Amino acid sequence: MVNYFKLIALGVVTLFAMMAANYARDLAYMIHAFIIMGVSFGLFVWSLRSFGTKVTAHDQTEYMDDVIRAGVIATSFWGVVGFLVGVVIAFQLAFPVLNFEWAQGYANFGRLRPLHTSAVIFAFGGNALIATSFYIVQRTSAARLWGGNLAWFVFWGYQLFIVLAATGYLLGGTQSKEYAEPEWYVDLWLTIVWVAYLAVFLGTIIKRKEPHIYVANWFFLSFIVTVAMLHVVNNLTIPVSIWGSKSVIVWAGVQDGMVQWWYGHNAVGFFLTAGFLGMMYYFIPKQAERPVFSYKLSIIHFWALIFLYIWAGPHHLHYTALPDWASTLGMVFSIILWMPSWGGMINGLMTLSGAWDKLRTDPVIRMMVISLGFYGMSTFEGPMMSIRAVNSLSHYTDWTIGHVHSGALGWNGMITFGALYFLVPVLWKRERLYSLSLVSWHFWLATIGIILYAASMWVTGIMEGLMWREVDANGFLVNSFADTVAAKFPMYVVRGLGGVMFLLGAIIMCYNLWMTVRKAPAKEASLTVAVPAE
Amino acid sequence: METYSFLREFADSWMLLFLFLFFLGIVFWVFRPGATKEYKDTASIPFRHDDKPATDEEART
Repeated sequence: MVNYFKLIALGVVTLFAMMAANYARDLAYMIHAFIIMGVSFGLFVWSLRSFGTKVTAHDQTEYMDDVIRAGVIATSFWGVVGFLVGVVIAFQLAFPVLNFEWAQGYANFGRLRPLHTSAVIFAFGGNALIATSFYIVQRTSAARLWGGNLAWFVFWGYQLFIVLAATGYLLGGTQSKEYAEPEWYVDLWLTIVWVAYLAVFLGTIIKRKEPHIYVANWFFLSFIVTVAMLHVVNNLTIPVSIWGSKSVIVWAGVQDGMVQWWYGHNAVGFFLTAGFLGMMYYFIPKQAERPVFSYKLSIIHFWALIFLYIWAGPHHLHYTALPDWASTLGMVFSIILWMPSWGGMINGLMTLSGAWDKLRTDPVIRMMVISLGFYGMSTFEGPMMSIRAVNSLSHYTDWTIGHVHSGALGWNGMITFGALYFLVPVLWKRERLYSLSLVSWHFWLATIGIILYAASMWVTGIMEGLMWREVDANGFLVNSFADTVAAKFPMYVVRGLGGVMFLLGAIIMCYNLWMTVRKAPAKEASLTVAVPAE
Repeated sequence: METYSFLREFADSWMLLFLFLFFLGIVFWVFRPGATKEYKDTASIPFRHDDKPATDEEART
C-alpha cells in the first residue's frame, strides 16, 4: 500500500516539475525544476522496478554503518570541492583578471563566494555532522539507528539540498541572506530533511540501551533543534510566484537585519560549534583511549554554551540602525561566552593528561589537539572583535575573514579530518590507516596553510581598517578605497597560497583514506570477538 | 499593554530570573553528592559498545 502512495507521489512531483520547468520565470528555477524532475522520475522508475521485491529487514543486532560510510565519502568529496572554490575566489581577489569575461554572471567572485561558504559549511561540515552524529548516537546509545531507511532519506535529501543550493547560486537564485542564500523551495526541502534527521536522531536516543545520554548527544541534539528553529524563522518568506525563485521576507528593515544575524551567529554557535563539540567529546576520548577529563565540566559547558550563544548575534550590527541596547547586549554575551568556550577547550585538552606522549606518536590526535588550539584562539579573538571599539576597526575588513577561517579551517576542518581518520579504518574494518606519514604531511600542510591565511588577513585587515579611518590635519580622508585594494595585494597572494596548502593537505587525506580502504590490511576476524574491557 | 511591551518586560524580569536560576540549579545539581561516581560510569559510555548494539539482556537501566 505504501509503495502505491510512493509511486503516486513521485509521479505527481515529476509532473509538477515538468510544469514548473515550462512556466519558469527565471533560469535558476527552471534548472532546479529539471533537476527535481530528473530525480523524482529516476526514483519513480527505480521504485517501479523494485516493486514487490522483498524489503531487506533492518537487523537490530547490527549498527547501521552503510549510511555513515556514504557520509564519510560525501564529506571528503564536498570538502575538496569547497576548498577548491575557496582557492579560486582567493586568487580572483588577488588577480581580478581571473573573473573571466566569458563566465561573467556565472563564475565571477560574487557568484562563487556563496558557493564556497555553503560548500564548506553546509556540504563539508553538514555531511561531517550528519555522518558523525549517526555514528556516535549509535555507539553511545548501544542501539541501531531508528527509522530504518529514513537515515538514507536524510543523507540523499541533504545531498539534493546541496546540489540545489549550489546550482542556484551560480544561476543567481539567492535571497541574499548570508549563509541562508537558498530560495524558498530549497528552504522548504531542507526543512523536511531536517525534521527527518531530528526524528532519526531522537528516535535512536529514545530506544537507547544506556541509562544516560552521553554528553556528545546533548550537543548534537541542541545543534539539530536550534538549527531547525533558526532556519525556519530566518526563512519566513512569501514567494512572489509559485513558478519563480524570487520571494520576499516577512521581516522588514532592521528587524530583518537582526533576525538574519541572530540566525547567522547561531549558525556559527550551533552548527559550527555545538555540533562539532559533539564530535570532540566523542572522538578525542576515543583516540586518546581515556574518558573525558571532567564530565561535570562538560555538562556545565553544554548549558552555559547554549544559554549564552543565542544572545550574541547583535554584535554583527554595531553602528547600524539596531538600538544600542541590543548591540550592547550582544557584545556582553559574546564576552561572557569566552568562559564556556575555554572551559570546553580545556576539558578536551586535559583529556590527554597522562597521555601527552601520544602527541609525538599519533598524528591523528595531534590533529584533534590543534583543532582545539584553534578553537581556543578563535573563541578568544571573536569576543574581542565583538567589543564595539574593536569592531569599529575590524568590521568590514579582512580581519573578519581571517577570524572566520581560523575557526572554520582550524577548528571545524581539523576536528573533521581527525574524525575521518578515526572513522575510515573502523567503518571499512581495516587494521590501521594506510600511511601515518601522509597524515603528518596533511597535518603540517594544513597547519602552515591556516597560519599563512590568518596572519595575512590580520595584517591586511588592520591595515585597511587604519587606512579607512586615516584623516589629514583638515579632517579629510587620506585614502581612497582603491588605495586600500592596491595595498592589500601581497597579503592576498599569501592568503591564496595558504589556501593551496590547505587544499593540498585535503587531497592527500583523500588519497590516504582511499588507499586505507584499498590496501590496508583487513582487521582480523578474531579481533572482532568481544574482549572484556576490564 | 501592547504585546511588545508585555513581552519585553517579561523577558527582562521573570524570564531572566528563571533562566538564571535554572542555570544555577544545573551547576548545583552537577555537584550533588554521589555525582562523581555516576559520571565516571557515564563518561565511559564511548568505550562499551563499539561493534554491536547491546542486547536486551545487556541493557542497563
